[in-house]
Amino acid sequence: MSTQRTFGEILLKVEDVHLSFGGVKALTNVNFDIRKGEIRAIIGPNGAGKSSMLNVINGFYHPQQGAITYKGVTRSQMKPHEAARQGIARTFQNIALFKGMSTLDNIMTGRLLHMKSGLLSQALYWGKYLREEVAHREKVEEIIDFLEIQAIRKTPVGRLPYGLQKRVELGRALAAEPELLLLDEPMAGMNVEEKEDMSRFIIETNDQLGTTIALIEHDMGVVMDLSDRLVVLDYGRQLADGEPDEVRNNQAVIDAYLGVTE
Amino acid sequence: MFYREAGQFKTSYQADQAIFPIRQDLYAYIAFLAVAFIGVPLLASDYFLSTLMLPFLVLALAAIGLNILTGYAGQLSLGTGGFMATGAFAAYKLSTAFPDMHLIIVFLLSGLITAGVGIFFGIPSLRIKGFYLAVATLASQFFLIWMFNKFGWFTNYSASGVISAPPRTVFGDFYITGPQAAPVTKYLFCLSFVVLLALLAKNLTRSNIGRKWMAIRDMDIAAEIIGIPMLKTKLIAFAVSSFYCGIAGAFWAFLYTGSVEPLAFDVNRSFQVLFMIIIGGLGSIMGSFLGAAFMVLLPIFLTNAPHMVGVEISVSTLSHLEAMVFGVLIIFFLIVEPHGLARLWQIFKEKMRLWPFPH
Ligand SMILES: Nc1ncnc2c1ncn2[C@@H]1O[C@H](COP(=O)(O)OP(=O)(O)OP(=O)(O)O)[C@@H](O)[C@H]1O
Ligand SMILES: [Mg+2]
Repeated sequence: MSTQRTFGEILLKVEDVHLSFGGVKALTNVNFDIRKGEIRAIIGPNGAGKSSMLNVINGFYHPQQGAITYKGVTRSQMKPHEAARQGIARTFQNIALFKGMSTLDNIMTGRLLHMKSGLLSQALYWGKYLREEVAHREKVEEIIDFLEIQAIRKTPVGRLPYGLQKRVELGRALAAEPELLLLDEPMAGMNVEEKEDMSRFIIETNDQLGTTIALIEHDMGVVMDLSDRLVVLDYGRQLADGEPDEVRNNQAVIDAYLGVTE
Repeated sequence: MFYREAGQFKTSYQADQAIFPIRQDLYAYIAFLAVAFIGVPLLASDYFLSTLMLPFLVLALAAIGLNILTGYAGQLSLGTGGFMATGAFAAYKLSTAFPDMHLIIVFLLSGLITAGVGIFFGIPSLRIKGFYLAVATLASQFFLIWMFNKFGWFTNYSASGVISAPPRTVFGDFYITGPQAAPVTKYLFCLSFVVLLALLAKNLTRSNIGRKWMAIRDMDIAAEIIGIPMLKTKLIAFAVSSFYCGIAGAFWAFLYTGSVEPLAFDVNRSFQVLFMIIIGGLGSIMGSFLGAAFMVLLPIFLTNAPHMVGVEISVSTLSHLEAMVFGVLIIFFLIVEPHGLARLWQIFKEKMRLWPFPH
């Protein structure tokens, strides 16, 4: 699909990022960009630094060196909730849902940056606030329909199977109407059918809402299918950056995946 | 009558957002209010009102306050007593310094003052959690009680350190506080306030701020990443919680006991309210009432039950027995059912919804 698609300006640019934890170099000199409207995959073996990269992008980790330019503004770090305000939403490798809350409430939390009412009107739950709540509920119901999770609307998410939890987490991120959506292994631990569903959701989100997506995924079939461009990391270093066909034939990538040491 | 939702289809999200989406629940609630507002005042004795209903209502209010902070926002607090004392002393200072101030204003201002104190003592919650936060709130508990004991200004330099509610009326001639106040007027006043405040609390917990609190409780890192400002959201929880505890403290001193010393709000009170929300149900407004009812009724049950079956138990054994029963129940609820009596009630209702068909 990469060939027919054309993309807009650069939405996010990562330059010369270095991140280490004590002696562990999680990221070394990473450089890439994400263009508006594309699906950008980040791949690499376990411990390559993929999750760390997403954490740097949304301000959860602060790199020791390097700059991140998002929507034209360059910075070396920001707070996660600022990133959220700037339109960056994400899901986690280890699901980070609010376990005691229902599916509906979890996804509703994704709307909170769009909700404006003050404390008093919430306490009254009347008039203006009720209208606001219902308007946002309608948005959330659209997402629930889209993700086909109507039946579990009122179920506490702690009781849901893994695959559905991943879906709810995607729903919460989508509810924020992000410009940039970061997905950390959205299909890990899923069976083929669930993976197909999730792929469809990702493609449709990108297609219909125009959401830019950065995706970490281990299933090479899925990644090559979904993504427009890939970054390959290995031991925190950037091995390759390009379209699926280029990356597939890159010798360094093949070596890394086959475990060949230089 | 069957407990069914069959045939009740929601035609709008607004209807689905109602507090009682199932009609039978709404009827039950209205019936309950009718009993509380009409039945109880007509039938109950003064003794029953002032020794059972008033402490029940006041403790329920404090439990709602703590439940907002601990049950909903997940911030463990052992400072409830201190906040109740703040409300009581604020009400005392306000009503004696401004004798013309309307009692309702006095109570609301006491709540607001306590909210301010709560915000101050809530600031460490940004850095510390769980057990450590509990210890920090415990420190605030001791500090506040020490302060009210230490400085005579708070008691208007009363020699005994006891404050007594000055007689005040509302709506013309109805004495709400002071020796002339009839238990039934106090009860109705207190009930109206508590019902109203409980409704507002319920609304808060099911709206945007409530979801923010629960998000912080369930996973604070994820909450921050979806854009919830940590400190502000936690401090709002402290403020709202302390507002409720403050009014509860003011009611305790003004409506229930009439006069009070700081010791009434010592750390035991904090634990008592904490036990109530554990037994009644963490994260449930209804559970706050159930827990308070349980706390008020159990001692009476333990006093009378052995007597009825012809066993005589000494007073000291009784108080030991009481502590043991609470201990066992708290361990039970913490391990088996953290959502307390409120959850058991919900499970019962879910069963009733399907009854008599098992699935
Ligand atoms: N918070 C942290 N503290 C210490 N070390 C960390 C931390 N986060 C990541 N690391 C280390 O950084 C390196 C990269 O980790 P990261 O989680 O980014 O890898 P990954 O590519 O996402 O791997 P996986 O495919 O297993 O998810 C690892 O060696 C990891 O142990
Ligand atoms: Mg990872």
